[in-house]
Amino acid sequence: MDLNYSAEEQAFRDEVRGWLRANLPQDLREKAESYQHLSKDDLMRWHRILAKKGWIVPAWPKEWGGTGWNVVQRYIFDEELGLAGAPPIIPFGVTMCAAVLLRFGTEAQKKRFLPRIANGDDFWCQGYSEPGSGSDLASLKTKAVRQGDRYVVNGQKIWTTLAHYADWIFCLVRTDPTLEKRQEGISFLLMDMKTPGITVRPLYLMDGGHEVNEVFFDDVSVPAENLVHEEGKGWTVAKYLLGYERMNTGRIGESRRQLARLKEYAAPMMGDARWRDRLSRLEVELTALEITNLRFLDRMRRTGQPPGADVSMLKIKGTEIQQGLTELMMEATDPAASDELAQAIRKRYLSMRKTTIYAGSNEIQRNIIAKMTLGL
Amino acid sequence: MNFDYNEQQQLLADSVRRYLKDKYDFEQRKKIVSGEGWSRSVWAQFAEMGLMGLPLSTDHGGFGGGAVDLMGVMEAFGEALVVEPYLAHVLAARAIERGGASVLLEGVAEGSTRLAFAHAEKGTRYDPDAIKTVVRNGKLTGEKASVIGAPIADRLVVTAKADGAVQLFVVERAQAQLRPHRTMDERLAADVRLSEAPAQRIEGGLALLGELIDLGTALVCAEAVGAMQYACDSTLEYLKQRKQFGVPIGTFQALQHRMVDMFISLEQARSMACLACSKADGDPDARAISAAKIRIGDAARHISQESVQLHGGMGMTEELKVSHTFRRLTALAREFGDADHHLARFAAL
Repeated sequence: MDLNYSAEEQAFRDEVRGWLRANLPQDLREKAESYQHLSKDDLMRWHRILAKKGWIVPAWPKEWGGTGWNVVQRYIFDEELGLAGAPPIIPFGVTMCAAVLLRFGTEAQKKRFLPRIANGDDFWCQGYSEPGSGSDLASLKTKAVRQGDRYVVNGQKIWTTLAHYADWIFCLVRTDPTLEKRQEGISFLLMDMKTPGITVRPLYLMDGGHEVNEVFFDDVSVPAENLVHEEGKGWTVAKYLLGYERMNTGRIGESRRQLARLKEYAAPMMGDARWRDRLSRLEVELTALEITNLRFLDRMRRTGQPPGADVSMLKIKGTEIQQGLTELMMEATDPAASDELAQAIRKRYLSMRKTTIYAGSNEIQRNIIAKMTLGL
Repeated sequence: MNFDYNEQQQLLADSVRRYLKDKYDFEQRKKIVSGEGWSRSVWAQFAEMGLMGLPLSTDHGGFGGGAVDLMGVMEAFGEALVVEPYLAHVLAARAIERGGASVLLEGVAEGSTRLAFAHAEKGTRYDPDAIKTVVRNGKLTGEKASVIGAPIADRLVVTAKADGAVQLFVVERAQAQLRPHRTMDERLAADVRLSEAPAQRIEGGLALLGELIDLGTALVCAEAVGAMQYACDSTLEYLKQRKQFGVPIGTFQALQHRMVDMFISLEQARSMACLACSKADGDPDARAISAAKIRIGDAARHISQESVQLHGGMGMTEELKVSHTFRRLTALAREFGDADHHLARFAAL
């Protein structure tokens, strides 16, 4: 048993850290420090810097631009990005859509979409949830009817993150409403957001921010070649994607940075034992999660097996810790203060309540562990 | 980075686990507890397996084992709720060896000489420096409280103050007056009265005491993980087998989510036990060890309480092992400092 990184892993970390120090633009770093909103330009500028370095799509196969890093290196890379306060890499294209295309896409689809995702030419969003279909995703109703070599799509998606930035959307749609086993009537479809009939309406969350949207589809005509995998196999695709999503939800590096920031910002509070104990418990919980995460990675590296359902605990614990940190940070602001930073910190507290709801609510994650890991 | 035991550690842990499964199941344990409170043959078997001298150097009949070598053993002991005072014995052995009094180690690795670690006193709680036992003219006077294993020990490692500074001594048990009792988790203990007891001083002082407490804390973390594993396993099994309203109660989401939270607590605790044990040798990383004890203290409380609640009335009875696990976990959560104590230490470091 040895909980330390190997010399090679440490050298890799140093390389990433050194490069980030030299290449993460100061204005982006400052925006993260002061909890300012990141524009699409900010996100894409950072995307292109990483792309130029060849680090934007580490997990992809080498032939498509991947780095060939193992799971531990990828974890270290993500952790360092978080620690440095780099803008997030928006996952809908590089992580999610790409994972699906690499696994289920045709050669033509891969050639058409993957390079543009890596270059940052296309911004993607994810069309999963609907007003009546949240946790019960398989009940979705957005309809795609085949007419010759096209599908005609009608319906509505909701909580579509950054749809207002997006060039493309990948969607789960119902292609056969008659089947008794409703999962079998679902298909996975790619749509150009400029297609006539697609309307995006903003949903402002309680922090006043515009991140999520409703997306309406009104007789949207989509070429049948944009179907991924077979018609009626969309649920298989969605399930495949789920495992992918959960492995990266611990956000250890980002939380470490927030913890350090909190200790600095809340220095005057550290004399209060009641407050300090709450902070210490969060730090301990974060350390435990970090080691748990490393244990999962070690297992994956040794067995070569994909992550099991128990990685859902990374999402549960990771988001609980993120919320705990933002809550303490909010409480650390002087109640009488109205300066820009204090206001941004309070907004962040409001915004972070979403984390235990999105990407499979924490209750759904518990269902997954109960069923898949514990056999209940 | 690697979270596995090496081959030797795995073999040892497996053989201990196999032995306990065979000779220390809940019924056999009951007989030991209702009898003398320990078993000579079990103790002898532990010695036979090489456990008694595990942390001692080869010069003293041991294997030079560190905390990670002991970790798998402690986990297995936790799972089986072993009552024999093994940890007290090996901690005292480590103290004597580190204190340079190896002549006193005769018979220790063989288990024929049994040791206990007499430090805590009434009112000191978890402060290692607050003891009142004193040394005068090489003789100890004072009262140690709830010393695990003292009733069956041949020698005691005792802390006492000389000119206000903590020092460590070895005292023959025969020189002390004992008032034996059982701890809340059914272990043999005694209050130990020393009046001008002849004692041999060993080197080390407060620094060595701190080291021993850190090592003990890390090993208690491992023991607790074993006990929590049992609590989770038995609760999960109960949820699948117990039927109410015509269905297994494990089909109820309210209970499923609580079971999942126990499982997560266990995994988080296990991670921290790995951290504590891998940082407990030589110059222990006190901050990491306190962090581990905080998490394990919280997890022990969470898992023990939930395991009884989810077992319903049966969980309250002496008849089920889970209630005995509850008692052990409650004790382990406080041994070498409860979460509050370690929170204060963690923040100060």
